[in-house]
Amino acid sequence: MTARYTVGDDVRVRQAYPPGHCRTPYYCRGKSGVIVRYCGDFRNPEDLAYGTYDGPEVPMYRVQFNQTDMWPGYSGAPQDKVEVEIFEHWLVPASS
Amino acid sequence: MSDHHDHDHDHGMYGVDPLHHHPPQPDLEDTPLTHHQIMQMAVAELLIEKGIISAEELRQQIDLMDSITPVRGSQLVARAWTDPAFKDRLVADSKAAALELEMDIGPIPILIMENTPQVHNLIVCTLCSCYPRMLLGIPPEWYKSRSYRRRAVSEPRKVLSELGTPFANDVEIKVHDSTADMRYMVLPMRPDGTDGMSEENLAGLVTRDCMIGVAVPGTGGS
Repeated sequence: MTARYTVGDDVRVRQAYPPGHCRTPYYCRGKSGVIVRYCGDFRNPEDLAYGTYDGPEVPMYRVQFNQTDMWPGYSGAPQDKVEVEIFEHWLVPASS
Repeated sequence: MSDHHDHDHDHGMYGVDPLHHHPPQPDLEDTPLTHHQIMQMAVAELLIEKGIISAEELRQQIDLMDSITPVRGSQLVARAWTDPAFKDRLVADSKAAALELEMDIGPIPILIMENTPQVHNLIVCTLCSCYPRMLLGIPPEWYKSRSYRRRAVSEPRKVLSELGTPFANDVEIKVHDSTADMRYMVLPMRPDGTDGMSEENLAGLVTRDCMIGVAVPGTGGS
């Protein structure tokens, strides 16, 4: 699968709450960040969790967020960051 | 004060207790198995019964995992401190760099996050307990606790302060949440005052906590 995003792209994590297993933490859903690394293509944990081991590999990225965007009343410094691994189907362009 | 010490546990568990026994440390079998322990034993027995793995292979794998210690990570850090070209290779591709030290770090990519005077890195897995086991061994219990997983990501500076590693606000704290297929190890900064130390002695300064990011190396002095 061709990676849709490249380093530096502004993205937003889908604010979705589907049933079942996934590896997208709640705290970053609906939040905007920037792609800092394309990690490669990996099997989708949402398939693997239910015994589908031959599903398609999907691109996975590291997305960097500002901590002040993640937590109301974040007590640290304004430049603090958190970086999270997110599969491509959880991302949309930040402008959309 | 009387002969009886004044802590508050119940000495009445044997009824009359003239010898003043303390409760015995429970043997392993005295604690009931949890659901997941039973499931794990059942799966292991099935895998062996069906000939998919042998009991010896299972034991060897556990033995192997238990034998990996943070010494591996500290060797890589010490080499990186003494050889800038190696540091660049380690940050670019830790698997290839570790092989230079005849160290196999396995198939899961481990990304090396380099601390600088401007940026301090901290590792967590908020969803479970992902950890760079091939470099640091089995994670400490606190790394798997809900409170570390929740607080390392949402209030990292407070966690660091509580662990004795406060940072001024002009240093950026960067938290790495191991949510999927990557693992992370922190490359700490070499402490001042360690010029001329051997690579082996430098490695002795680099503890597990330094490579998780909850501590920074000391100079080894008193």
